[in-house]
Amino acid sequence: MEYELDKRSNALKTFNTTFIIIWLLIACFPFIWTFWGSFKVRADFFSRADWWYAISAFNTLIETGGQFTSNAYSEAWTEGEFWKASRNTIIVTVFVVTISLFLGTLGAYALSRSTERYAFWILIAALIFRAMPHITLVSGYLFPFFELQIWGILPTTIVVLVAINQPFTLWLLYSFFKTVPKELDESALIDGCSYFQAFRYIIMPVMWPGVITAGLFSLMLAYNDFTVTALLLNQENHTMVPKIQSYLGTNQHEGNLMWAVSAVVSATAPLFMLVMFFQRQVISGLTTGAVKG
Amino acid sequence: MKKILLTLLFILFGTTAYADGHCSKPSGSINILANDFPALRTFVETAKGCKGSADFKVTHSSEHNKIAVPALTANPSEFSARIAANSSIVPLMNQDLIRPMDDLVKKYGKGIQDSQLITIDGKVMAVAFMANTQHLYYREDVLKELGIPVPKTYEEVVAASEKIRASGKMQHPYAAAYKAGWNLAEEFVNMFIGHGGEFFKAGTAEPNINNAKGVATLNMLKKLASLSNPDYLTHDSEAIKVEWESGKVALMTLWASRSGTLLDDEGDAKITAATKLTGPATVGGGNIPAATLWWDGFTLAKNRSDSDAEASFIALAHAASNKKMVADAADQAVWLVEGFVPGPKSIGVIEAVKMGAKPYPMLPQMGLMHGALGSEIVEFLQGKESAEQALKDVEAAYISKAKEQGFL
Amino acid sequence: MPNKTFFWFFLPTGLAMILFIGLPIISTGIQSFYAQHDQVVKEVKKCDPFGCTVSIVVDQEATSVLRDERPLGKFNGFGTYFDRNHLAIEQITEFWDETDTLGDFIDQVTNLPFYKALLFTLTYCLFVTPNVLLLGFIIALSLNAISRKIRGPLIFGTILPMIVTPLVGSLVLFWMIDAEGIIGANLQLMMEDPYLSLKSSRTLTWITIIIYGIWHHSPFAFVVFYAALQTVPQEPVEAAIIDGASRYQRIRHIVLPHIYPVVTFVALISLMDNFRVFEPIIGFSAEGSAQSLSWLIYDNLVNEEVILFGSAAATSMMTIIGIAILLAPVLIRTWKEFRTAR
Repeated sequence: MEYELDKRSNALKTFNTTFIIIWLLIACFPFIWTFWGSFKVRADFFSRADWWYAISAFNTLIETGGQFTSNAYSEAWTEGEFWKASRNTIIVTVFVVTISLFLGTLGAYALSRSTERYAFWILIAALIFRAMPHITLVSGYLFPFFELQIWGILPTTIVVLVAINQPFTLWLLYSFFKTVPKELDESALIDGCSYFQAFRYIIMPVMWPGVITAGLFSLMLAYNDFTVTALLLNQENHTMVPKIQSYLGTNQHEGNLMWAVSAVVSATAPLFMLVMFFQRQVISGLTTGAVKG
Repeated sequence: MKKILLTLLFILFGTTAYADGHCSKPSGSINILANDFPALRTFVETAKGCKGSADFKVTHSSEHNKIAVPALTANPSEFSARIAANSSIVPLMNQDLIRPMDDLVKKYGKGIQDSQLITIDGKVMAVAFMANTQHLYYREDVLKELGIPVPKTYEEVVAASEKIRASGKMQHPYAAAYKAGWNLAEEFVNMFIGHGGEFFKAGTAEPNINNAKGVATLNMLKKLASLSNPDYLTHDSEAIKVEWESGKVALMTLWASRSGTLLDDEGDAKITAATKLTGPATVGGGNIPAATLWWDGFTLAKNRSDSDAEASFIALAHAASNKKMVADAADQAVWLVEGFVPGPKSIGVIEAVKMGAKPYPMLPQMGLMHGALGSEIVEFLQGKESAEQALKDVEAAYISKAKEQGFL
Repeated sequence: MPNKTFFWFFLPTGLAMILFIGLPIISTGIQSFYAQHDQVVKEVKKCDPFGCTVSIVVDQEATSVLRDERPLGKFNGFGTYFDRNHLAIEQITEFWDETDTLGDFIDQVTNLPFYKALLFTLTYCLFVTPNVLLLGFIIALSLNAISRKIRGPLIFGTILPMIVTPLVGSLVLFWMIDAEGIIGANLQLMMEDPYLSLKSSRTLTWITIIIYGIWHHSPFAFVVFYAALQTVPQEPVEAAIIDGASRYQRIRHIVLPHIYPVVTFVALISLMDNFRVFEPIIGFSAEGSAQSLSWLIYDNLVNEEVILFGSAAATSMMTIIGIAILLAPVLIRTWKEFRTAR
């Protein structure tokens, strides 16, 4: 749905713009601060003396001779082996998103088109499933996985992330399928399509915004998960978040905070591309939907 | 024993001839689980140098505690060896997951010193290679200027801090990692041991902290907290280290292993130059320091083939007796390995050992007590309940946990 | 849809959920009714680099006999649920008899770990959920009215709070709100209180975590609402404009009813996620002032050397029940709709 700007009062327009600007400032400021700080040394960015150090680069000047330094980046990526973690994250996210969406759309479509009582109870069960704290679930997995000797490898983690995320994906897609009128696929069924064909050729194109949204959330989960990846992967297969955690150090031993900061900034950059893609796809879904509908 | 160790420390510090630890090329498969910090990485890398034809894998993880028990319970175990500390060896012992290694020590442990061996009921269960403790750091310039001698007891720390505060130089002159949870509980453990307390009634798992020593411990913690930054309940070792670097603190209790960054050339040169280390303080007129000694060492999984255990032992023993490693990485830790020359950064640990500090209690139920302390004494520090009430809460929380675990 | 078709459509996802969530929940449920065996201890000599002591260890021979007899442990019924660290039935009865005023009684009860955590968890849910829904919806409407050309980057900016990994996101924020950090120091200036610190008092810590919660979760509501707004059909809106409906009326009578299923979804999920609040407590090192149910579970499983699985299992089951109770109104409504749709 598009509101034409010219149809609206100027006051509303100004209010709208101001609101968005303020919100964006609040939303982005911590990240902009992190981005800026990632080019400083630890003594400036994590300073208890004066936060102004992070702007004036007091210690950065002393230690590196310049206002900005990209040492944290180069060290984290090489010495910190962040490249390896990025590679693993890409593998995990691609598989998790694809499999989640495949399973989720099929299941949610069935749920949204079933009039049987059990469909409702399945939805409730899924919701209860989602209520289970992840940390308890993962603690339960550890022993069986070790016993079956499937601990530490990427496929196990991918399957677990897909499964853990299914209740959410199902509910999200179910809500979106509900907004698609039933008459649409019923007419296709009358025309002689099978349920799968109706699903594939009639419903999916209309559902595109929902599918893309579900994909975005699966991606977020796989990308940002700590509990599952930190406990189920061995060092060789660690993804970005457990890697970043390992830069933070322990109680007794010093970590490398600036590596963590630069790693977070590097990890956020590819998401920018993905969000742009998301935005385009959601809009294009609108147009296809309009044609078909 | 203390004497033996001291002689040992001092004789060995004189050793200058560096030789590589010997390595009798193992075969089989080695897989190590360890915490994640630089000194352990160095140690495991050194062990890798002696992998022979064995398949060598390692997982450094901040979540190692959580992974260890299920991993070693499985048969065959995922890991052939696990690097543990005094506290994290306990669950492995409780569940009977690690094997005695007397034979292996006899056969391959030539370079390992007797003092490195952790024996329980006469059997070698682990080989230690690093030590750590919390001790005092002070600002020489500030103390000198105000004519305060270096404090030896926590009572003197309080007096010195009050004097510094009164002088107007610093508002919150003392710092320690009082973050609610593990850190705060660790401070309680230190202070309670300094008061000569025993956590449990002898030979049982019955709690024994709700007494005069417990109250004295809490009161001392509160006094110190009142001299610290008001956010002390959120401050971990990292936070207080940064506070130190900002020059707002003159006395601090911190891990010896974190002295590295305080004494390096990053940060304010004036503060670095004035940062001095001394042993841990005593408290309440006691003569043992209010601190606990920690070691890190390796253990071998029980549910794994003998040949893998042997291979792992050979590689790890190579590192645990490697003079070159301790010489190259002298800054990373206080090594217990022969050939280590302690530098200025190790003063705290050496002093603590000299003063007869006790190790962190290696008891099956200690973790439960530590956990109960971490959350239940917070309200006392916030001034919301009395010391007696807080200690009663700790005991009650501990008893529920211990009952569930079958200790009571 | 015929049952058979339904079965094949649903099989893959159903299988994944049963295997990786359903069965573990059942097993967790069973384990919450068991306690560990009695640990037989004996005194032995222990030596480490710092000296020798005589203290206790678990007697493996004696304990393994017990363990082999009953591998699940000692049946404990609701013992773990009712002990001091959970529902504390005994302690509460005691307090009820001992205390004179209701205020005292409440004070005593909220000193117990479970109720302390429950109080924070509910407060957090109560403040965060409605604000997230509202803020998310307003942002979605506002952004939807902005020119498409610049919308991409704006959306990215909007969802940044959600996508920066909470691990470091809250670490950076923790430093920013420090009394010497950029936000903390400027707050002191604004409030003209040089001793103001967001971390030192319980109330301020709670407020900080709640604001963080709203900031962190609003993008989620925004994304779903924004996507749902794209599916609102154009014709009725245009017709309404011609009929002279105000903006508010259009939203109230056309947009909201259309995206209603999605609103329910966001409400359900936010409520559930907020009930499981946990990450900000770790990130802000706020354990001293704020504990949630999920934090208790984490504490049992991770913080201690000895893993208290039975205790964590009991808290997890109670979390599920708590969420079921909270969601009940929404669920009953869904059920009514489901029946009318049939």
